Amino acid sequence: MSTGLVSVAYVVASICFILSLGGLSHQESARRGNLYGVAGIIIAVGATLASVGDGGIIAIVIAVLLGAGIGIPIANKVEMTQMPQLVALLHSFVGLAAVLVGFSGYIEPLVATTGAEHTIKLVEVFVGIFIGAVTFTGSLVACGKLDGRIDSKALTLPGRHLMNLVAIIACVLLGAWFLGTDNMALGLISLVIMTAIASVLGIHLIMAIGGADMPVVVSMLNSYSGWAAASIGFMLGNDLLIVTGALVGSSGAILSYIMCKAMNRSFISVILGGFGQTTSSSSTTDSDQTVYESSADDVCEELRNADSVIIVPGYGMAVAQAQNGVSEMTKILRERGVNVRFGIHPVAGRLPGHMNVLLAEAHVPYDIVLEMDEINADFPETDVVLVIGANDTVNPAAAEDPGSPIAGMPVLEVWKARQVVVLKRGMATGYSGVENPLFFKDNTRMLFGDAKESIDKLVGGLRG
Amino acid sequence: MKIGIPREIFKDERRVAATPPSVHKLIGLGYEVVVEGGAGEAANYSDEAYEKVGAAIASDTTSLWQDADFILKVRAPMKNPSLKKHEVDLMKEGAFLVSYIWPAQNPELLEKLAAKKITSFAIDALPRISRAQKMDALSAMANIAGYRAVIEAANNFGRFFTGQVTAAGKVPPAKIMVIGAGVAGLAAIGAANSMGAIVRAFDTRLEVKEQVESMGAEFLVLDFDDEDGSGSGGYAKQMSDEFIKAEMALFAEQAEEVDIIITTALIPGKPAPKLITADMVKSMKPGSVIVDLASERGGNCELTEPGKVAHHHGVTLIGYTDLPSRMAKVASDLYATNLVHLLTELTPEKDGQPQVNMEDDVIRGLTVVREAEVTWPPPQPEAPVSPKPAPGTEEPSAEDKAAAKKEAERRSLIGKGALLVVTALALYGVGAHAPESFLQHFTVFVLACFIGWQVIWNVTPSLHTPLMSVTNAISGIIVIGAILHLAQAENLAVGIMAFVAVLIASINVGGGFRVTHRMLKMFRR
Repeated sequence: MSTGLVSVAYVVASICFILSLGGLSHQESARRGNLYGVAGIIIAVGATLASVGDGGIIAIVIAVLLGAGIGIPIANKVEMTQMPQLVALLHSFVGLAAVLVGFSGYIEPLVATTGAEHTIKLVEVFVGIFIGAVTFTGSLVACGKLDGRIDSKALTLPGRHLMNLVAIIACVLLGAWFLGTDNMALGLISLVIMTAIASVLGIHLIMAIGGADMPVVVSMLNSYSGWAAASIGFMLGNDLLIVTGALVGSSGAILSYIMCKAMNRSFISVILGGFGQTTSSSSTTDSDQTVYESSADDVCEELRNADSVIIVPGYGMAVAQAQNGVSEMTKILRERGVNVRFGIHPVAGRLPGHMNVLLAEAHVPYDIVLEMDEINADFPETDVVLVIGANDTVNPAAAEDPGSPIAGMPVLEVWKARQVVVLKRGMATGYSGVENPLFFKDNTRMLFGDAKESIDKLVGGLRG
Repeated sequence: MKIGIPREIFKDERRVAATPPSVHKLIGLGYEVVVEGGAGEAANYSDEAYEKVGAAIASDTTSLWQDADFILKVRAPMKNPSLKKHEVDLMKEGAFLVSYIWPAQNPELLEKLAAKKITSFAIDALPRISRAQKMDALSAMANIAGYRAVIEAANNFGRFFTGQVTAAGKVPPAKIMVIGAGVAGLAAIGAANSMGAIVRAFDTRLEVKEQVESMGAEFLVLDFDDEDGSGSGGYAKQMSDEFIKAEMALFAEQAEEVDIIITTALIPGKPAPKLITADMVKSMKPGSVIVDLASERGGNCELTEPGKVAHHHGVTLIGYTDLPSRMAKVASDLYATNLVHLLTELTPEKDGQPQVNMEDDVIRGLTVVREAEVTWPPPQPEAPVSPKPAPGTEEPSAEDKAAAKKEAERRSLIGKGALLVVTALALYGVGAHAPESFLQHFTVFVLACFIGWQVIWNVTPSLHTPLMSVTNAISGIIVIGAILHLAQAENLAVGIMAFVAVLIASINVGGGFRVTHRMLKMFRR
């Protein structure tokens, strides 16, 4: 195939990718969007295969089919609650692929370059491998944390900022050395050392970030995987890779930005990690505060008498796997003519939009699942709010107590409703370690116990 | 231990101290429960309902009193006219009692209880702190009384509460004044407001203004130097003479205008203040109604006859003292729940053995007799201290804030300026030194970033997870680079690396698109 045709195919593929992301602007067009993406990849790979001719075609086809043969069954089997882990794992693959392609590109350059072009290419190789390695190990750690294989608490080593700084400076120095040498072996050594340092840096960066900051981390790694692809695109002089990498990179960056905004924290403070350890000491418990405990029967009664109910799910719902019970309950209540809606905080769960996916899986119609900004004004007219496994995202201290560590974070104003029922295992604080005054409000009832069991009881009670 | 629930013998008392659901919970605390036959009848609870949840039914009054180790009742023990014996005399020595006792008014009763070593908890002596709210029977009953007061007023009032314009003419809305915005007053405001009346309320405690307004009433303010009537424990205190004079002038003025007055003013340990004089009653429009919730303590109105409905100057004066009892079902439900909460506090081990922990403020306040000793009155509760902000959390002053804001703005401006300079320099550097081929790719890159920026902001937040997985799949496009290398690999190591890269990137592409498809399929209306 001629170079011209390949270029045109790449342009078409780029357009497909843009349409694919554009399709996600609404649920109805989203599936079409995904198909655009598939079409884009097929066109791109097809054109590439046609252009390379016979060389290694068998190996390529085997590798592609093998990869697809591994990936698709995994995707078919994965539980929606495990989605964060899967996404993180897939990020690590992109990172690893970037590292491998970067090394290949250094050892056997596809395009011969000289002078300034050569220097720029070396920089691209170096940067591509660096980002790829950080993405690779960082994503693996994130995956382990999300899967519970690694303790999701933030690991705070003494002098961790200094360690990161030293690592980055070392990489920069290695980079200078790498650019200065013409010897392939020396260049390779510096590349390998840099890869090792970047891998450790990736591990350490993500280890220092606690569980509830994961939405930011995963979207940040998403962004990195995009930039890694883009820098490999520069190295190969391939515009398709550059365009795609830039799209993915900006997508991840925007998601990180949205998540940080929703927690009222700066991106830097999230990346530096260690949140939730230093602030826990500032929580004070007033002994003269009552917690009103409730029973499943009483909550059923409340729900039966309510005209409007808002359900606020959090990570606890995902942990307890209560979403199917919640969906069942929603169905029963809606059949009774109760106006049931869901209020989703942007950082609820461990992945942007995590709650939406879980609820969609449990067959909750998406048009009653609303965002925080859409539903916050409706709480005062709501009879009952069910808070299921959410804590910091419904903490009134964020809005009312300027001295609180989470002051200024936008939260779902559930306490304005007539009655709030909080389903929770115990009185523990949320991720931020901040006491939640919501639990002591006069209109709050606590329903202690495993969220799934409690919801099942409610479903049973509402049916009976 | 055996709990006894006697039938109330006070005239017209329809409440009962335990309901079938509360008996169930008491049994859960380790107690046995005996209910006197017919105890719940007036509150619509049959003996069978009690038996169903595990209570025994005692047909004989005397045996119930003598068997029980712990008596729960509503009214203070009194002389039983049919048995010709005082209820305290019927009790087992060393038993426990929870009921209304009014220790200040009934010193003889306390002596009598102490003589029989009956540990007595006066539910009306509960300290008013938020931890004790769940046991606060006074508030629960006051809430009912407030609601019922409005219903009684409506019953005796010849008009609608809400204003209406009908084909047969216009009806003005009723105007109601509520004096005293405690629990009863607020409940009355809420009930009257929801029936459509125009409600005004007065209270000497300025702190309740917000609560009054939140219930939908207008708060009447005296034209007077701000003297606040908040006393200890959330009650009102007695006011100065000038204040009372101004207050009376306000009431006189309002009496001429409003249709219904509901008074709830009480000062602890004193007879109810007389707020509505005979002259004010006279000045009211014929057909008006006054409901005096303080009538048991003498009444807020000079003409109130406790326990009765009186008519003076064309005004109906309702002086019922048993308003909660007139709603016996809900009153019993709430009272029984208060008592269950109290017994839960008393029996932390859930073993049916009450423990009287005199260190606990709530229990200390409630306990008026402990074995042979009268323990009333309890030590004074501390006056509510307005919470002072902890040092360091003080609100910064306006100037500080303005300065901080200015500083932040200045910094952000400097930051933006620095960013602009750095970007400009970087662009200059790229433009001046980079080769042509790089610049082409660079252009594509920058434009793609902007397209991405525009497109991603349009993605609906509920699809953020599919967005991540689809971008993940798309970033598998790195497979192209790997394929190119694999196709031209001469070195074995490069070949292997490229092969692995193609493989894992393909996993990404296949898995990413597949899982996105699965997720998107789930989103349905």
